Amino acid sequence: METVVAVLVDGVIYASWLFIMAAGLTIIYGVMRILNMAHGSLYALGAYAAATFAGAWLNGGHAPLGSYLMLGLAALAVGLVLGPVIERGLLRFTYGRDEIVLVLVTYALFLILEDLVKLVWGVESYFITEPYGLLGNVEFGTLSYPVYSAVVVLAAVAIGLGLRWGIYRTRYGKLLIAVIHDREMSAALGIDVRRVYLVTFTLGTTLAAIGGAITAPTVSVVPGMGVEVIVLAFAVIVIGGLGSMPGAALGAIIVGLVRSAAVHWAPQVELFSIYAAMAFVLAFRPRGLFVAPEARKI
Amino acid sequence: MRPLSAASVTLVALLTSFMLLAQAPTPALEAKPFRIGIVTFLSGGAAGPFGVPARNGAETLVEALNAGKVPAPYATKGLGGRPIEVVYVDEAGGTTKQVLEYRDLVQRQSVDAVIGYISSGDCLAIAPVAEELKKLTIFFDCGTPRIFEDASYKYVFRTAGHAAMDNVAAALYATEKLPKLKKIAGINQNYAWGQDSWADFEASMKVLKPDATITTSQMPKLLSGQYGAEISALLGAGADVIHSSFWGGDLDALILQGGPRGLFKKSVALLTAGETATHKLGSHIPDGTIIGARGPHGTYAPDNELNKWFRGAYEDRYSLSPNYPAYHMVQAILGLKSAYEKAGKDGASEQVAAALERLEFDTPSGKIRMAIGKGHQAIEPTVYGRARTVNGKLTFTDVKQYPAEKVNPPDGVKSADWIKSGFKASM
Repeated sequence: METVVAVLVDGVIYASWLFIMAAGLTIIYGVMRILNMAHGSLYALGAYAAATFAGAWLNGGHAPLGSYLMLGLAALAVGLVLGPVIERGLLRFTYGRDEIVLVLVTYALFLILEDLVKLVWGVESYFITEPYGLLGNVEFGTLSYPVYSAVVVLAAVAIGLGLRWGIYRTRYGKLLIAVIHDREMSAALGIDVRRVYLVTFTLGTTLAAIGGAITAPTVSVVPGMGVEVIVLAFAVIVIGGLGSMPGAALGAIIVGLVRSAAVHWAPQVELFSIYAAMAFVLAFRPRGLFVAPEARKI
Repeated sequence: MRPLSAASVTLVALLTSFMLLAQAPTPALEAKPFRIGIVTFLSGGAAGPFGVPARNGAETLVEALNAGKVPAPYATKGLGGRPIEVVYVDEAGGTTKQVLEYRDLVQRQSVDAVIGYISSGDCLAIAPVAEELKKLTIFFDCGTPRIFEDASYKYVFRTAGHAAMDNVAAALYATEKLPKLKKIAGINQNYAWGQDSWADFEASMKVLKPDATITTSQMPKLLSGQYGAEISALLGAGADVIHSSFWGGDLDALILQGGPRGLFKKSVALLTAGETATHKLGSHIPDGTIIGARGPHGTYAPDNELNKWFRGAYEDRYSLSPNYPAYHMVQAILGLKSAYEKAGKDGASEQVAAALERLEFDTPSGKIRMAIGKGHQAIEPTVYGRARTVNGKLTFTDVKQYPAEKVNPPDGVKSADWIKSGFKASM
């Protein structure tokens, strides 16, 4: 019984972490049709910025609780600066080209950002461990979980609900849906598509950076940490359906639970479990679980 | 005619000065430099804990060798008087790229020898190519025992002990220091290094402690970074000791995530490559953790003249203590120097390789003997100890050294067979 609880709890924590990453990736794809290969680098940059900001805060002898604020500020700083710079400075020149070209462009960006990280932070690892243990632990039988994991779950739920509200309940969200369905018609009706793209990309970038900043206290921030994440985030959104927000949520939960079950019951197949789940879903729903039907253009 | 712009004038001036520089007479060299290609991770996750310290070790040693400042028996300048020149290559990028880089080093950059490779995969891929190109190649750090157990080479050597040594010694140390040990668990990365390490440890424990049970063997993907579920499984398993050959960011993450969840209060962690993490994590390493350094390196290095010199020179230069990959690199370069000087003047790969076979040479980690793998594989003693933080500073207690013969198979015997035989001295 305790193992079942552990599988569920571990699965949900892992799924929450994945969802934050996948949400940013899927919203960029949904609106802009860009499979952003640089998403993992933006996650890494969020983690590096968080380690730097929170490290400086704690070294300055300030209240440890303030380090959470620093994690948030670091994510916003990375997202709000790099999002517009990349979208205006690079991506806008490639709109209207084939999706493959955009994959290549963002792959190039990924390589550039990886080197940028090396240039700024070197190859050494960075730690900010305080925020992880600061809130204490919760006990479940023989198991013990840091309260910080609950913060990650709450952050993921808040991001999911916030995005849902933003897309379906605000004027801007309705404009976004219009652009998703038909970019040309939206532009003809007077929607500023350029601005929608700018805001969407910045939002996606910020979500990647939030993912990195939230992860930073639990790992050592090292070069190459973004590579693994991008592969997992792709698996999640492919299962859920590219561009679908509920799909990203369900995909994250499936991947989280499958991986957690594998770790507890069959550790030798952990490596393969996520991709097995992906293959299984794609065998029955080749375009993922939640792909919205596309409007036919005449 | 349009007057030249300022930019063009500057460009022409620059180009002419380059041409003049190129024509400047170069001083006649007394001796032709000996070129070594050094391959180590300079980017990616293995650069910080392994690749860069190894390069730093090479830089410290080569500069001092060229200046003739290394203590005896290495006081002669360079290699038998020939200055050493180093070409560094980044090991990142996978085996296919490394084979191309190796060919480039040998065929276009005309190096006289290659020292390199931290990844076992790279070592396995490079060995046959080195043989084909007949170029002396010394592996300095990779762990897999298979290189000289499954094949034999003329030009390929490894001047550090292989991974079987780490895990046999780990099992000896665990049974000795934790006499009540009943339950064992493992968490290792799911690729050659992690799988081989666990297999050797598990087999050794079966011999040394047949009544102990394996509760769980976790095999997460390399570079996973998130070990929440694995830590739950390990907590649930309630083992007395958890074996792990994790390294780099994965090892840091396991310690940082397991610590707050009380994992290391419940079970003793046994980290075969843990020494590389101690330099950065320091007091984050839980008290009682068993730390290996893949030989008498780093904090476990002996108190000899060479070590005093190397540690001092490295610390002066980088304001950090050298870790085990730095020591491994020094072993390789000193092995090459010893063989070169034994071989005589010419220094062709063939002669130096013949001289390196079965050679014994001194290093900051003590004497290295090329005793197994037909004289191509080194054996060295190895050391384990337990971490204890005293006044905020990490120290090591219960340090125990195992002689090389006790933790390495005899020549010509495969590690796995030797372990299964119950560590018989001769088979």
